[in-house]
Amino acid sequence: MLDRTADNVARATPEPLAKKIRGISDKGLAWLFISPTILLLLAINIFPLFWAIYLSFTNFRANRPNEVVKNLGLANYRRILGDQDIWIAMQTTAHFVFWTILLQTVIGFTLAWLIDRKFRGHAFWTTIILVPMMLSPAVVGNFWRFLYEPQIGLFSYVVSFVTGIPPTNVQMLSNVELAPWAIIIVDTWMWTPYVMLICLAGLRSIPEYIYEAAEVDRASNWRQFWSITLPMALPFIMLAVLFRGIENFKMFDMVNLLTGGGPGSTTEVASITLKRQAFESWRTGYSSAFAIILFVAVFGLANIYVKALNKVKQR
Amino acid sequence: MKSTLKLALGLASAIFASTAVSNVAHAEDLTLCWAAWDPANALVELSKDFTKETGIGMKFEFVPWTNYADRFLNELNSHGKLCDLIIGDSQWIGGAAENGHYVKLNDFFDKEKISMDDFVPATVVGYSEWPKNTPNYWALPAMGDVVGWTYRKDWFSRPELQKEFKEKYGWDLAPPTTFDQLKQIAEFFQKRQIDGKTVYGASIYTERGSEGITMGAMDVLYSYGFQYENPKKPYEMEGFVNSEKSVKGLEFYKALYDCCTPPGASNSYMGEGVDAFKSGQVAMHMNFAFTWPGLQKDENVGGDKIGYFVNPKGPDGDQFAQLGGQGISVVSYSDKQESALKYIKWFANKDVQAKWWSLGGYSCLNSVVKDPKFPSSQPYAQAFLDSMAIVKDFWAEPSYAPLLQASQKRFHDYVVAGQGSAKDALDGLVKDWTQVFQDDGKM
Repeated sequence: MLDRTADNVARATPEPLAKKIRGISDKGLAWLFISPTILLLLAINIFPLFWAIYLSFTNFRANRPNEVVKNLGLANYRRILGDQDIWIAMQTTAHFVFWTILLQTVIGFTLAWLIDRKFRGHAFWTTIILVPMMLSPAVVGNFWRFLYEPQIGLFSYVVSFVTGIPPTNVQMLSNVELAPWAIIIVDTWMWTPYVMLICLAGLRSIPEYIYEAAEVDRASNWRQFWSITLPMALPFIMLAVLFRGIENFKMFDMVNLLTGGGPGSTTEVASITLKRQAFESWRTGYSSAFAIILFVAVFGLANIYVKALNKVKQR
Repeated sequence: MKSTLKLALGLASAIFASTAVSNVAHAEDLTLCWAAWDPANALVELSKDFTKETGIGMKFEFVPWTNYADRFLNELNSHGKLCDLIIGDSQWIGGAAENGHYVKLNDFFDKEKISMDDFVPATVVGYSEWPKNTPNYWALPAMGDVVGWTYRKDWFSRPELQKEFKEKYGWDLAPPTTFDQLKQIAEFFQKRQIDGKTVYGASIYTERGSEGITMGAMDVLYSYGFQYENPKKPYEMEGFVNSEKSVKGLEFYKALYDCCTPPGASNSYMGEGVDAFKSGQVAMHMNFAFTWPGLQKDENVGGDKIGYFVNPKGPDGDQFAQLGGQGISVVSYSDKQESALKYIKWFANKDVQAKWWSLGGYSCLNSVVKDPKFPSSQPYAQAFLDSMAIVKDFWAEPSYAPLLQASQKRFHDYVVAGQGSAKDALDGLVKDWTQVFQDDGKM
């Protein structure tokens, strides 16, 4: 019979305190140990969430602390859901999330598949490919802004060299059509390595004997890919999509650095709108309601997705 | 042994005493918060005299313009004690006064015999008063500023360009006096080869994130006849904000952006404008006057190569310019208000103000700017004086931030992204601003 945990702890504790500990049950001791963490989580995560929910029903403005706070009921939610600009921002976000995930998954998986071939120098190339992911988004945003410069930017010169269009006409960040793609390109450049890493982990987890059995059955490379590689790597790919989807839904830094939401409101994703409402217009109640709507949307979608992921894993 | 002990005790006491003395000195240090820009460096220099005179040390918290409003409004809203003195933007005055962030200075001014009549009237209204045009003072005018223009004097004076311009437009190439002339000059220089380099017409404000495009567009709209509200009925905006004249003004601003700005200048504000001018990209450059001392000293484009002109007239001869600049206030949450008021008293002094101008700050004191020697004291002094005489400012209401965000969006959507018409943009602006004032219970 093992000693009770409380007795072990008591033995290593000075006598006056040890007396008190001996009287505590294992469960009580467990609560004692985890309570600081729980209190911290409640203070910095749960309380602000409930506070934001409360504020979302009011007209509170953080820059007017002396003003009387009125309860508005669902008015903030109704106003947000009926605001055309909010819906445009949500569409912009959806467009951005869809294209970045599609490109990052296709390119990331392809790169992982190539790296998994273990050709000569594959370790070196893996490191090179991972470099963008290791950079700070602030650095990436700033240097891509220079790369996109129509007069001095390398990107404009490369496009000009390939297409024959004068570089000053390649206005990636000023053109309404091109600006969303400018952000998608940068995000894809930066985060494809992350997707590649997860996919690579998936590919490396496939047991070699399955391929050996397929070889014995004379399955073609194509058949091996469709019947073994892709299905077995699918949970990993879906995990990467989940991570990138959540990240890109709340994308802020890159958009802010590259376009600031412009030209006009062309690249104004939901997080930029939220920041403007919360910290520039100081509509704290209104922006809390918007944050709650975004939270519910991401939480709901992520839940549905996780259920789908579990089903795939169980197959 | 005894002597070693004594020595150790003596050393410890000395160290303790010196630390204590230094702490006492630092306890009196004042922290002044402002934007990180050239005039702030001049103020650091100037403030050394204050420390010499009073023994009160000065610390400075300067934040780049892009984060200036976010940073310091957060500080004030959270009742922070970081800033004892703050040089806050002119549009903050309403909110800062109504929310109790600034100390009201009327009694202090009366006691110290500081008269607001001694300052340029536009700066008193713009930087100090809330409500506007009432004798309620929350700041001392500190840094006069206004949107004006610089131009490449050396290019304008080239005989071959003058000849070609005269043939094309029928008037002499010179600083423009109307916006139509300004556009003609900008078109003339757009994509022209000068000294083997492609140059462009003008750098104007197009920034989306903070206040850039509003400052630029308003600078033009005022002279076209834009008004914020019915002068006889406050907050009535229909027919004033979106009047036909305002629509023409906004159409002009878009036309100027489309025809005559450098490629990619879709998010350009003070820094980008200075860069465009300094790098020899543009013939004309819209910017606040605070940039002028730095440009005047620039080796490549300063000296004899640069000239200055006041914002041109609109089609009906009206001439206004967007006010910039700030007043200096005492933060009501500061524990050192007495010392902070001492600084304000010192700063209001005539000699200090004269030195402020000489160091690169823009004094708002009449005795400095009305000195007969003032117009010739710097090449840009006359343009500054003339510009300060025609200023108008954006809303300074407590809700200035949502009002500004609305105009940023509407103007950028139309001017830069080309969405909708000028009429749509201004009608939308009336709708947005009406909503803000309704939320505030003012309509």
